[in-house]
Amino acid sequence: MRHLRYLIPMVFLAVVMGCATQSGTDTRDGADTGAVAIDSGVTTGRVSDDGAQPGALIPGDRALNLVNDRIVYFAFDSAEIRTADRELIRLHGRNLADNPDLSIRLEGHADERGSREYNIGLGEQRAHSVKAALMVQGVSTDQLTMVSYGEERPAVLGSNELAWEKNRRLEMVYGQQR
Amino acid sequence: MTGQFRLRLIVLLAAAWLMPVAKSELRIDITEGAGQAVPIAVVPFGWEGSGAPSTDVSGLVAADLIRTGRFAPIPETDMLEFPTTGAEVDFGDWRILGIVYVIVGRLSETGPDSYMIQFQLFDVFRGEQLLGYRLPSTSAALRASAHRVSDMIYEKLTGVPGIAGTRIAYVNVLGKSDAEIFRLIVSDSDGENARVMLESADPILSPAWSPDGRKLAYVSFERGHSEIYVQVLRTGARQRVSARSGVNSAPAWSPDGRILALTLSKTDGNLDIYTLDLSNQVLGRLTDNPAIDTEPSWSADGRWIFFTSDRSGGPQIYKISVNGGRAQRQTFEGNYNARPRVSPDDQSIAVVHNDRGNFRIAVLDVARAYLQVLTDGHLDESPSFAPNGETLIYATREGGRGLLAAVSIDGRIRQRISSVEGDVREPAWSPFPLN
Repeated sequence: MRHLRYLIPMVFLAVVMGCATQSGTDTRDGADTGAVAIDSGVTTGRVSDDGAQPGALIPGDRALNLVNDRIVYFAFDSAEIRTADRELIRLHGRNLADNPDLSIRLEGHADERGSREYNIGLGEQRAHSVKAALMVQGVSTDQLTMVSYGEERPAVLGSNELAWEKNRRLEMVYGQQR
Repeated sequence: MTGQFRLRLIVLLAAAWLMPVAKSELRIDITEGAGQAVPIAVVPFGWEGSGAPSTDVSGLVAADLIRTGRFAPIPETDMLEFPTTGAEVDFGDWRILGIVYVIVGRLSETGPDSYMIQFQLFDVFRGEQLLGYRLPSTSAALRASAHRVSDMIYEKLTGVPGIAGTRIAYVNVLGKSDAEIFRLIVSDSDGENARVMLESADPILSPAWSPDGRKLAYVSFERGHSEIYVQVLRTGARQRVSARSGVNSAPAWSPDGRILALTLSKTDGNLDIYTLDLSNQVLGRLTDNPAIDTEPSWSADGRWIFFTSDRSGGPQIYKISVNGGRAQRQTFEGNYNARPRVSPDDQSIAVVHNDRGNFRIAVLDVARAYLQVLTDGHLDESPSFAPNGETLIYATREGGRGLLAAVSIDGRIRQRISSVEGDVREPAWSPFPLN
């Protein structure tokens, strides 16, 4: 964990920002499995009926998190960012804009279907979609590098919808700039 | 490993022909023949020399002819006689067996590391010689000479040049997903003589043969992003020819070997087709469209470049003059046609086609604008024409494993080509060998 010292401020930031944006329902489960959230990028956290602890996170659910939520998923043959992912990208954009020493590598990927070179193109377009959305938040181009792996580095093996939807992705990989 | 920049230790081996791997890396099975393969006899060749011959020339010829799917050599055990010259052939014996053509010959040691192959091809029904040749060879070249014999016979009998003497390049992937080894391999068309051209922990794709068959262009991610290299087969020496910002991918040689068409995205992420003059590194831009333009393929006459573009929504095939101008759409059937490869006679274009949810290889008849699906897999990709235009090799998946397969463009003859170890993908058929 060479980059632990970057992760610590990021975790702190995540907690702060998580609180700031949380209104008792701001949870999203299974970041690493990339479950697709409904509507505005959040899934609804359940609040117990007795009213004792409004807004408490149910174990297993948690706020969007800069460390664990680094993947944006796409529809087949599309580089369009879904509404559901805008909040996640906004969070990372803020983080990068507030910490100009941080840099991020945007790795675009595609599922295995279709031709390999066209998929390199899709991955590149996905990286540039996210780049554009990050720059809206004030991220500098100096903080961003991009690469498309197309279908060459799947996250999940398997030739089925479940695997494909996890492989059509953009990974945000934090690293040290300069 | 994820969550940090990948600073991978790259294992690079560019030792070319110095690096043989297992003797045969590929296993080729005919899964569907031509219906009525012609019965022939390849009589075991005679041997004049000391010890035993190092290469079973007639065995190789028989195997080559079987692999064409058009001929059915009978087993040795069914033969009634074993002539090694035309004078010894009793046509009556072969007529009884229903044999249509007989091939006889001998291999002679003519000096230190010097051999002579002589062979004759006979039409059994007419009792006449169709072909007779002498070929000098060396021990290192005996396999190639045997393939040359097969190709001469095939061309005599079918009118189409044979491809036994060609090679294929492909990518072999070993290991599990987080510790993969990518190897660029060149082997003879029968899978033998496999040599590792490049080995890397990062992806390798899109190998492309120079028209003289001496070099390969390919894409390597060994420095963390896509770059194009050109490597000389004989020496293993290589040159990085495109390492611009963004995507550097999909190299395609012009028929005269002087220009590479390629895909670049530069800094704006817009993939377009460019041309790179290899003699002076001058870059020209051929397309300028916000869509994905990629996968260029030159027409054999060198006047057109076919490519994939999603400018109309999904990926479709377009063509553009090498001098630029307006791109013309070529495919209209279905919502996904990509990765064009122009046939050697410019009559057809092989593509990856979405056939109701299955990705298959289809061939577009250019004159009739008719698209015919040739394969029946789910994830078929990367078609490459044999230099005689009769057969396509492509990548497919079976039971979660990457395999190669070949299909004749009439769809009648099918082969399955599996690797001894790991996945195989990205096949590229070489041009004819130079004489």
